[in-house]
Amino acid sequence: MSNRRVKDIAYDADDVEDYDDDDDYAQDEELSPEDQEQMRQGKIKVREALGNAYSVPDREIEDALWNYYYDISKTVSYLKDQFQPVRPKQQKQPSRFDQAVAAVQAPQAKKSGPSPDDVVEQAQTKGKKGNTEKHSKKADESAGGAVQAVADLSVQDAPKVKSKNLDVIAEFKKSNMKNTASFVVVGHIDHGKSTLMGRLLLDLQVINQRTIDKLRKEADTIGKSSFALAWIMDQTSDERSRGVTVDVATHAFETAKTRFTILDAPGHRDFVPNMIAGTSQADFAILVLDASPDSFESGLRGQTKEHALLLRALGVARVVVAVNKMDAVAWDRARFEDVHQQMKAFFVTAGFSAANLTFVPCAGLTGDNIVRAAPKETASWYEGPTLVNALDDAEPAERSLEKPLRMSVADVFRGGVTNPLSITGRIDAGTLQVGDQILVQPAGETAVIKGIEADGEGETSADWAVAGMLPVLHLAEIDPVHLRVGDVVCSPTNSPIRNVRALEVKILAFEHVLPQLVDVHRGRMHVPGRVSELLAVLDAKTGLEGKKKKLRVVQPGSMAKVRVELERALPLEIPGRLVLRAEGKTIAAGLIDAVVG
Amino acid sequence: MRLIKQSILQRDGSGSATLLPEDPEDMWHLYNLIRPNDLLRASAIRRITNETATGSTASRRVTLNLLIRVKSTDFDAQASQLHVSGQVAEENQYVKLGGHHTLDLELHRNLTLEKAEGWDSVALGILQDALDQTKKAEMFAVVMQEGLANICLITEHQTVLKTTVETKMPGKRSNLRGEHDKAQEKFFRTTLDTLLRQIDLSDPKPLLLVSPGFTASSFQAFIKQTATQANDKPLRNFLPQILTAHASSGHLHSLNEALASQAVKARLKDTKYMRETALMDKLMELIRKDDGRAWYGHREVTKAVEKGAVGRGGGVLLISNALFRSHDMDTRRKWVGLVDKVRDVEGGEVRIFSSEHESGKRLEGLGNVAAILTFPLLNLEEDDDEGGGGGLEKGTNGVN
Repeated sequence: MSNRRVKDIAYDADDVEDYDDDDDYAQDEELSPEDQEQMRQGKIKVREALGNAYSVPDREIEDALWNYYYDISKTVSYLKDQFQPVRPKQQKQPSRFDQAVAAVQAPQAKKSGPSPDDVVEQAQTKGKKGNTEKHSKKADESAGGAVQAVADLSVQDAPKVKSKNLDVIAEFKKSNMKNTASFVVVGHIDHGKSTLMGRLLLDLQVINQRTIDKLRKEADTIGKSSFALAWIMDQTSDERSRGVTVDVATHAFETAKTRFTILDAPGHRDFVPNMIAGTSQADFAILVLDASPDSFESGLRGQTKEHALLLRALGVARVVVAVNKMDAVAWDRARFEDVHQQMKAFFVTAGFSAANLTFVPCAGLTGDNIVRAAPKETASWYEGPTLVNALDDAEPAERSLEKPLRMSVADVFRGGVTNPLSITGRIDAGTLQVGDQILVQPAGETAVIKGIEADGEGETSADWAVAGMLPVLHLAEIDPVHLRVGDVVCSPTNSPIRNVRALEVKILAFEHVLPQLVDVHRGRMHVPGRVSELLAVLDAKTGLEGKKKKLRVVQPGSMAKVRVELERALPLEIPGRLVLRAEGKTIAAGLIDAVVG
Repeated sequence: MRLIKQSILQRDGSGSATLLPEDPEDMWHLYNLIRPNDLLRASAIRRITNETATGSTASRRVTLNLLIRVKSTDFDAQASQLHVSGQVAEENQYVKLGGHHTLDLELHRNLTLEKAEGWDSVALGILQDALDQTKKAEMFAVVMQEGLANICLITEHQTVLKTTVETKMPGKRSNLRGEHDKAQEKFFRTTLDTLLRQIDLSDPKPLLLVSPGFTASSFQAFIKQTATQANDKPLRNFLPQILTAHASSGHLHSLNEALASQAVKARLKDTKYMRETALMDKLMELIRKDDGRAWYGHREVTKAVEKGAVGRGGGVLLISNALFRSHDMDTRRKWVGLVDKVRDVEGGEVRIFSSEHESGKRLEGLGNVAAILTFPLLNLEEDDDEGGGGGLEKGTNGVN
């Protein structure tokens, strides 16, 4: 294989940015592990795209991939240029999608691509159908040859998807998948959440040293070298220049037992809505604390407290408490015990069970007791697990596979040229597979799933996904304007979720609750609304309604039933968890008790 | 608004006033003034259809002065337009008595109003406010968060939501670096373009940017950059007029938080909405303490006034003008009576809130009326459980 990249190909500037100078590793004869992995995946994709019509030796594909920086479409068109197709006689027809891809690339590849006949036919079909003609959903799927696919593509920019009609639950059981779990990382601002996660990814070799060296160099230039690890998670320019996480960052990694998804939440008080969004997707949580003397106490007054209460309110029961920055207190055992006792007392009063709490001392910046054990000379007193081991102890989450489909949309984006509209989010209940029709609420529009990437981006494509996973779905047959972050995806036939405007909510008040304007949060969604009526005080122990007396104000710490009206209708159902916030403070957490219209 | 002619008798409030609305805000005052059964004379355009002997029809438009007895009013806050419909009360050559007509009130055209119930103290108060010609502080505000911007105009009596800009912001995804920044720039550009369509740069009003996090300051930087790059002199001169403030979300009701901040207070003190916001905060604080010094709700406040607790030395009655717009004459009379009692008999302070301000919306949540008492009263709510509870609460909903 030529180890020197061809310089005269027209490539995008972006492609270059992602790589360092070639010179450092031009001498390396061996490919790095991630290059090998990319090469392997790329090869599979190229093979798929070429179909059976071309016979190209592996070596050629590898060379082409290397030259084109793993760009599949460029590689395919280059190879098609080089190798004349073996005209299929009895061979299996390439899938419609592949044909369509080839058709799209025809202008680039001058000589080959689809045969001239195809091109003519395509043009004719286009003319006949006209661009305005709506594509009928009931179009006979089996009749869809290559021509049909091309026609679909021109009218709707998405090929028709055929469901394999899998029994997803059976498939899931058969697949013997590793446990999957997602966890949210919460805590007060500047307690080192992002850095800790950056360190975790680096030490687990999910991120390679070269990337981190590059980030360190960039961080040095603006005088924030200690932020380099956090920059693995914080990628927008705002976040980097200000050194503050704004939005939830997701990243996947794997241990021997489990596939984890990290949801790195912001600690800044203004971005608590994003923290709520992250928490609603998580199975359990890591609460990061700064062990150094003043920070811990100020955090306890600030977001350490608020985040902990929110975890409880949003139904997260298991918490790993990472007592971070132990290096700053020289791994002082007394300090750790002190923090341990204080936090434990706090958690228990907040309603957590002590059995669900794990306390782990660690140091994100140096990487002690995260993947490798704590330094023996200073922390010989500690005998518990490392952070990663503590994560691995997570019980696999219960999956509600049998229930009707519910998925909350965490992001809507453009997945690429072939996938103009993709969404990601956590499947809270139920299952889905390629070809399924889904209903997006509150818009009330339907869409078709044309592709699934299981657990994160750029990963292996799958035919199905089940509750508990955070897949990427590529959609067709829906206009992007109908999709918003925070929407709920459900099945149009199997008990779809309804939009409601008013609710009765059982709340646990953290602050005084009056009839007032509030922001109502449910996962990613947050809309203005108001508490319109205080219905009754509930007994803290029995949960029964108190004596009839007109309620004027709900005192902090007490439970009550209130009526909440929303400014616009939202898909909500019993028993959903809500958070009510006003003036930048979380005033109450609630459980939906009844929905009204 | 200008008063052209008036013949209102102090004694019983009868008589009429001829007014000339000049400012869009005057429509809001008129909306609060004109009640069902009032007599309103204003210019109108009516289409007259004539049928000839042969059966063919010809229609033409005539401009005429119509006197109508008001049946209902319809106010469009965004466009500041007021439509008044009713029955014609004075016959003329085109329209019969009792015919229906909807008057679209226009600026710079005289109108004459005669109150069916007479001009009471609240109506006279509104008239006085409307006639106040001193230059009023107005400002634009953009309440924003990533991907969402509510552009509104804050005037003395209203907060008008002009438009909402909503763009899609891609989330944080590792393979889409740069995309987020691009989307942010696009969001800022759309917001600025929309904003500039609302603002008259030749006579700019101050602009308040409100957001959680850094969105407002980033947007301010963006405006600055745009002004410098495009060498846009009017925009550059506008820059010192921009202030930023913090709020916890981009929803419109977060404006309250921004108005409470010191920087904004210093700039805008002594405007009606700042006073309202401050008073509302004080009320909320007292209600939270739950020591009987503050009450809200129709029945409780009425009772507190009856017991003489809203009087001289700190008693304040907070009431939304939505209550005076009640279609039921008795209800309105009752509230006007309450106001008169507090002001004239008890010597307390009366603050009439505009339902179109954010503070008025907060008061609306409390049943549109609340009071700060001079001495604590406890258990105001208890001895009336048998009095068919909730009856008045429903009345509130009817008003809105």
